[in-house]
Amino acid sequence: MSESTSLPSAGEATPSGAMMRALGIAATVCGLIIVTAYESTLDAVARNKKIATERAVFKVIPGATTVREFVATTGGIQPAGPTVAEGGVKFYGAYDAAGVLKGIAAEGAAKGYADEVRVLYAYDPVKQAITGFSVASMHETPGIGDKVLSNQDFLKNFVALDVHLTADMKAVANAIKVVKHGTKQNPWEIDAISGSTVTSKAVGKGIRESTEKLLPKLLPYVSKLKEGK
Amino acid sequence: MVPGMNPPSSWAEFLEGLWQRNPIFVMVLGMCPTMAITTSAINSISMGLATTFVLAASCWMVSLLRHVIPKEVRIATYIVIIATFVTVVDYAIQAISLSLYEALGAYIKLIVANCLVLGRAEAHAARNRPVASALNATGMGLGFTLSLFMIGGVRELVGMGSLFGISLFGPHYQPWVVMILPPGGFFVMGLWLMVFALVRARKDKKAQPAPPSAQTQGI
Amino acid sequence: MHDSIGQILITTILSGNFVLAMFLGMCPFMGVTHSVKVAFPLGLATTFVILMASVCAYLLNLVLIPMHMEYLELICYITVIAAAVQLVEMYVKKQSPELFRALGIYLPLITTNCAVLGVALFQTARDYDFMQSLTFALGGGVGFTLALTLLASVRERVRFSHVPNAMMGTALTLMLAGILSLAFMGFAGLGGGE
Repeated sequence: MSESTSLPSAGEATPSGAMMRALGIAATVCGLIIVTAYESTLDAVARNKKIATERAVFKVIPGATTVREFVATTGGIQPAGPTVAEGGVKFYGAYDAAGVLKGIAAEGAAKGYADEVRVLYAYDPVKQAITGFSVASMHETPGIGDKVLSNQDFLKNFVALDVHLTADMKAVANAIKVVKHGTKQNPWEIDAISGSTVTSKAVGKGIRESTEKLLPKLLPYVSKLKEGK
Repeated sequence: MVPGMNPPSSWAEFLEGLWQRNPIFVMVLGMCPTMAITTSAINSISMGLATTFVLAASCWMVSLLRHVIPKEVRIATYIVIIATFVTVVDYAIQAISLSLYEALGAYIKLIVANCLVLGRAEAHAARNRPVASALNATGMGLGFTLSLFMIGGVRELVGMGSLFGISLFGPHYQPWVVMILPPGGFFVMGLWLMVFALVRARKDKKAQPAPPSAQTQGI
Repeated sequence: MHDSIGQILITTILSGNFVLAMFLGMCPFMGVTHSVKVAFPLGLATTFVILMASVCAYLLNLVLIPMHMEYLELICYITVIAAAVQLVEMYVKKQSPELFRALGIYLPLITTNCAVLGVALFQTARDYDFMQSLTFALGGGVGFTLALTLLASVRERVRFSHVPNAMMGTALTLMLAGILSLAFMGFAGLGGGE
């Protein structure tokens, strides 16, 4: 790189043509190696992601045996393809062995104490409520932030968290709110865990933002999902 | 950096990287992943092995091409080669285990900025034959893995009460959480270095047979 | 991610400090902090490289992502960083030869500084837009310089203290860094959530 760090070896300086050629060959060979690695692992990676998603969805929607990916847009619901259309929101439909729709699952994310907290939540379109959630990834403080996974009182918030839409199905009627521990009064509020409010708020915010984006697009067309196999 | 003696045998090269010139404790190289990743024994070993692979593959390739790369662009070329193998490892880990990939996070890609890899390529692989380079690199990589495990093992043991995910102290253990957080990384490594310094000081003292009149020379 | 500019700035300088919380940029942190006169300018030089790397990474992604060639990200980033460091080196050499000599090997080593590459990688992973990336880079550089300068000041004073033999050298630096990191944990939550 700089002259002061090169070896004091004897010999003339290399002509720039030779340098460009060497760099060019190195870059090409390396490029080939990278592309080979990428292509050969593509299937395995996709399979891993699918297995991970299924496992997560089965956890929040017990009784489901198959998961299908969809995209909700303002014009309707389509099966998910390799890319998500502009303004489309991805979600999962979980079906049991008989092909009946057991529930909807979707992802939400928000910044917690340290980096992002990603959750997967289950939504019941009949009750119009969240029925459960699990954490997909987080880097919160062990022993403090990870209480959201185990604290029973906190988890009870998500048995029937109300997210019903307004009559015109354009927005969520009452935004999910995370309130101080012990002050929950409405079915759309979440009682934070005292001592880990930041992580509790992150979970609430992730779910709130995701539902506000997804539900107005999803609910009007949800009957189409029930016919799935 | 390389002592000007008879070229050491392959086995000696391998061992040298493992302990005498241990990358973390002796040469203090490759600190970024050391501190960040050593929050558990499994993470430490996985990161160590990933780095070992990148080290060995890059040094082998650099050594293969050492007569072909012009000296003015050698650092840039080494970096490109290292970046290539890091990308390979990145996809390999994704294919093996997504949860491991999430745990190691961006630090896999940061292996390319690990001074250890570039330093080894520049100091050793550029002057030695491919097999010798690869062996030395592997030794150093395993030394790196060993040190990562020493730090990560202590942090997990004290900070979570488990090792390799297996809880050792039972449910009533009060974990010393700070050990898993950033300060813990600094503290544990500092403590290890202190332990080594103490051991070395004691070995040096024993190596000097004290004459009887040395009672007055205390430390 | 929808972090606000202010949030990003506070987080990267304080609670998510690149060196003390994310462990990026450890080599210069351990190696160059023996004197503030050297640590501070190195921090500034690194901040400049970080800013350039951030902008270039953002621009690169505008090309790579639509072409689905994300696997070339790493190689492109590191090449761009190497070029940026080369530029900085030439500039410092011309403007201030003594500083160039004082920084020695640590100037070209900015290329392998995890902080620089880390900025590019993290801003891509968090999907920041241009202003967010720029703020992230600026905050990162400032936080890096802050951490370096703090540790250098402490180390300069510690020279006059009595330190047990076994703790001298790197072990002491690590302990000091650990305490500094612990102190910065007090800033946690300052920029996050509502």
